[in-house]
Amino acid sequence: MTADLYGASPLAVRADALAASSSPSTVRIAEVPFRAQVTLRVDPRGAAAERIGAALGAALPGPGGVARTERVAVLGLGPDEWLLVGPEGAAQGLQDTLTAALDRAFGAVVDVSAHRTIVQVSGPKAREVLNKGCALDLHPRVFASDRCAQTDVARTSAILMRHDVVEPGFWVFVRASFARYLADWLIDAAAEYGG
Amino acid sequence: MMLIPCPWCGPRNETEFHYGGQAGVAYPRDPQALSDAEWAQFLFFRDNPKGVFAERWMHRSGCRRWFDLRRDTATNEILGAGAHEEQERTVSV
Amino acid sequence: MSGPFRLADGGRIDRERPVSFRFDGRDLQGFAGDTLASALLAQGVHQVATGIRYGRPRGVLAAGPEEPNALVQIEKPFPEPMLTATTVELREGLEAVGLPGQGRLSPDPDPARYDAVHEHCDVLVVGAGPAGLSAALAAARSGARVVLADADTEFGGGLLGSGEMLDHAPALEWVERARAELARRSEVRLLPRTTVTGHYDANYLIAVEDRGPDAFTRQRTWHIRAHEVVLATGAHERPLVFADNDRPGTMLAGAARTYLHRYAVLPGRRAVVFTTDDGAYAAALDLCGAGVEIAAVVDARPEAPPFWAKRCAEQGIPVRTGHAVVGTTGEEHVTGARVAALDPDTGALGPEEHHACDLLLVSGGWNPAVHLYSQARGPLAYDEAAGAFLPSGSVPGVHPAGAAAGLRTTAQCLSSGAVAGVQAASRLGLEATAAPRPETDPHPVPKGRPLWRVPDPDAGDPGRTQFVDLARDATVADVEKAVGAGLSSVEHIKRFTTIGTGHDQGRTSGTVSSGIIAGLLGADLAEVGTTTFRAPYSPVSFAALAGRERGELYDPIRVTAMHDWHVEQGAPFENVGQWKRPWYYPRPGESMEAAVLRECRAVRTGVGMQDVSTLGKIDVQGPDAAEFLDLVYTNMMSTLKLGRIRYGLMCHADGMVFDDGTVMRTGEHRYLISTTSGGAAGVLEHLEDWLQTEWTHLRVHLTSVTEQWATIALAGPRSREVLERACTGIDLDNADFPFMSWRNGTIAGRRARVCRISFSGELAFEINVPWWHGRQVWDALYAAGEPFGITPYGTETMHVLRAEKGFPIVGQDTDGTVTPQDLGMGWAVSKKKADFIGARSFSRPDNTRTDRKQLVGLIPAAGEGVLPEGTQIVETRVLPRPPVPMLGHVTSSYRSAALGTPFALALVKGGRDRIGQTVYGHVGDRLVPVEITDPVFYDKEGARRDG
Repeated sequence: MTADLYGASPLAVRADALAASSSPSTVRIAEVPFRAQVTLRVDPRGAAAERIGAALGAALPGPGGVARTERVAVLGLGPDEWLLVGPEGAAQGLQDTLTAALDRAFGAVVDVSAHRTIVQVSGPKAREVLNKGCALDLHPRVFASDRCAQTDVARTSAILMRHDVVEPGFWVFVRASFARYLADWLIDAAAEYGG
Repeated sequence: MMLIPCPWCGPRNETEFHYGGQAGVAYPRDPQALSDAEWAQFLFFRDNPKGVFAERWMHRSGCRRWFDLRRDTATNEILGAGAHEEQERTVSV
Repeated sequence: MSGPFRLADGGRIDRERPVSFRFDGRDLQGFAGDTLASALLAQGVHQVATGIRYGRPRGVLAAGPEEPNALVQIEKPFPEPMLTATTVELREGLEAVGLPGQGRLSPDPDPARYDAVHEHCDVLVVGAGPAGLSAALAAARSGARVVLADADTEFGGGLLGSGEMLDHAPALEWVERARAELARRSEVRLLPRTTVTGHYDANYLIAVEDRGPDAFTRQRTWHIRAHEVVLATGAHERPLVFADNDRPGTMLAGAARTYLHRYAVLPGRRAVVFTTDDGAYAAALDLCGAGVEIAAVVDARPEAPPFWAKRCAEQGIPVRTGHAVVGTTGEEHVTGARVAALDPDTGALGPEEHHACDLLLVSGGWNPAVHLYSQARGPLAYDEAAGAFLPSGSVPGVHPAGAAAGLRTTAQCLSSGAVAGVQAASRLGLEATAAPRPETDPHPVPKGRPLWRVPDPDAGDPGRTQFVDLARDATVADVEKAVGAGLSSVEHIKRFTTIGTGHDQGRTSGTVSSGIIAGLLGADLAEVGTTTFRAPYSPVSFAALAGRERGELYDPIRVTAMHDWHVEQGAPFENVGQWKRPWYYPRPGESMEAAVLRECRAVRTGVGMQDVSTLGKIDVQGPDAAEFLDLVYTNMMSTLKLGRIRYGLMCHADGMVFDDGTVMRTGEHRYLISTTSGGAAGVLEHLEDWLQTEWTHLRVHLTSVTEQWATIALAGPRSREVLERACTGIDLDNADFPFMSWRNGTIAGRRARVCRISFSGELAFEINVPWWHGRQVWDALYAAGEPFGITPYGTETMHVLRAEKGFPIVGQDTDGTVTPQDLGMGWAVSKKKADFIGARSFSRPDNTRTDRKQLVGLIPAAGEGVLPEGTQIVETRVLPRPPVPMLGHVTSSYRSAALGTPFALALVKGGRDRIGQTVYGHVGDRLVPVEITDPVFYDKEGARRDG
């Protein structure tokens, strides 16, 4: 169904390879395709930011922070920039909400749902796999469950968000053109943990 | 590997940044009013001290914000950073 | 079995696990736990290699990575050059040969895997000897995240080879308890076999872990960022400089002790011990206790240390104070030591006596391993009492400890390590207390007095066989020559003599050479100083540095949503930045030239399609967006109406063209701009720079949306017919949908933004759909085009078609020194705007010269082929004598189906005034006549863009 609605996600062709490189006891890697992603730019000190926070049901977090509502994760990417991540199909609704709350104040709302895809890396070895190409300290003492970061992973840029559900994990947002490279790199990095 | 304090993302490896040269060199208010020599001065001439230097950096792999940094070019000691708009211009043409 | 010099018991080797190996063609045996050096010594093999300059036999001098002599090439299990026998772990099937100072690379690819990992910790402890272990324990007990790295296969450092006691039990029991406690802690990472090779800014350290040939990853490079670093890197014993001091069988006293205690190997039967330091006495006594006959302890100092002299007397070891070993006998192995009285003030030698021996132990004092401290910009100072350069001053977050800080006894090392660990933890705000120090052997603190060089007793050519740097075969005579030539800086003398430039980076020779230089110059050693300590501390293989960044993972490969279609069609790809773009689509058996001509013809006469998703795209929005675009493009953008598109040029402030693309107005205060495929990131940075740092008053936001959209170009006189079949919701008439405008429509059920943009001069459309739909919409357009013979085309055809129209490609026809006027694009430079980036530069004198290189067309003379890109253009039919004046060069060059001739674009001095002239292209050894033309070759009137 999803593919009918959305076409082909950047890592559809790597789905089997990612599954094959995953092992429940060590690390699991899978694409999380088609999430709604909307960039928001607004002055965090202004009334518009407050209106947006109220409309979303979560105050806009500072840089590196993540605020979550039932449907949406709000990632603080910079002093006046956020990435809102919602369920499939929610992009237009999110844009409408944001645009309405912005109410012609200076800001920007841009649909970037297809610009990046998301790769989930989870399991006990997730941190070790990522740290083969990511220089950030991903220790839970430092990169806690409400943190995100824009950084380099291997030789591409990415947004990292901690995504602990049942087990420790991360969402890695990667630009669609780099997605296969990142997937291949992750498969290689996870190889020693057996898949 | 310098650890550069991005005012927004915190300390990161220097490989995440783009270097922007001397800080505080303002774009002239009216370029057409400058002589050729003055314009060339703005375009091509920058300080290159051994010691403390106020310089521009941009967090390319992170928030993509420009900021100024004071760094000792001989030791790489970083003496302070701040968001660009909060810093004063010290040099102008 | 494992050799006549192996003791029946003791040592850290496993006698239950014999290991077979081959050295220099001989099949030998050692034990698990041996190094190649200890296994060879157990067999009585001392000569391992030969010197690099003189080919003299060389043996094992040391027992660790400071070894200057015993260079080997590993042949099996995989070829590896230039390792030291003292650090090669003995493994079953190992095959090695000794090297004359230089190895050779294997022509075969190394099948092993090398990788890298980033690690963070509160406290990194380098070195797991008594100081390092104490520091790690103190830090770990405070709750800090600790990494403990040590180059050796097991922890213990100097304790592994000293046979000491701690708390009245063998010291290694304490080591094992410490290791076990650290291993139990979840926030401690233990890295044995890991050499920290570099200490960089802000406590960023690189370490290389040798995981062994059987591991998944053979070597792993650790990039460690530490808050605090404890440098417990130990010390290296110094040899002494005297005539023929390079004979195999000459060994550092501490190394001999290590071979005895750790490997249960006697490095000889009868030894002379030559020392200027108390430390060698312990070695003499230990070896004596193990059955080695000590012919004499020769101490250059006037008095022997009473504590040790007494013990020597008890064992019947003769001690000759005020004497020196002045030379040796023997060729492939030392057979005796020449000993003479040495006057400490005049350097006069007394009569010689000869002591037969098969082992000559030397000790000239100790050099703390200050390499990492110095790399971290820690200052060093010569300490007269220690006779060595020691860490001085302080570096925030760096704590030298133990022997690396110049301490000599185990008790001192244990205490200083604990203090360093506590200090490091305290700086992190953690509460730490040092555990009680284990009780050590009651030995006095050893003292020494450096003797940098023993006078050469052989008149004639003194100093020729007094080796200072064994790895480089550099002698006292070489140093004298350098000083005689007027050199006085150690850095210059290093480069003149090559001292310190070998694989061992002068670990045993550095301070010695400084001492000799100071003596020759009559200067203070503190002033002479040392050469700079640079990373890596020990050699690192290129494979370890490359890690996994090789092959397909060397650099990211960027692909579009339609990539697999191009692959299925068998298209070769062209690299554009990191993108893979289809180059052309050959039919079976078709050459590139034929394919490109066919594709060009299809676009000029029918319809073609191209994947142009790689173009950069930036969303620009905000109330001041129009004003901003006016400032960053050379032409006027604020007059652009909603629904319309305009071509734009961007320059840097110096007026040089930097990028180009289109500006599409998509809303009242919103635009979508495109950039070149390779320039997208640079343009965004450039725009953000101006917006954030200069025009901060402008209310504009920029968002990269390059991969949000898949973009398909449909080009050719029949492109409209194809689109009519595939697209609904847009009236495609010229009147309703004019050139340089855009409309929203639906293709294959997907919302699409369709633009009328042409890069070929033909009627053309660009279709933008979200990435996810790219392949589906591509397939739909291809199907709709089949009745018209739609032809996919690649970058080569695109290049030919645009060149026929004289459209430059930024980065191909420009190189950062080309203005819009040089390109003949003065039309794209606004005369109305008050200012924009680059405007002031167009009137700079240099930019108004009439002889600037300008973009022109070239047509080679009839019968000539395609000019190679880069061809130099000259004025005359015959080359004058060099220097030949150059008019310019070819920037783009192709064969043209439409023109029926090869053609080119070129940057030529004063080119526009030369149109019609014949000039010459220098191709190989020929000068090819070419006619200069207008750069627009095809459809000058622009009649074809509306179909």
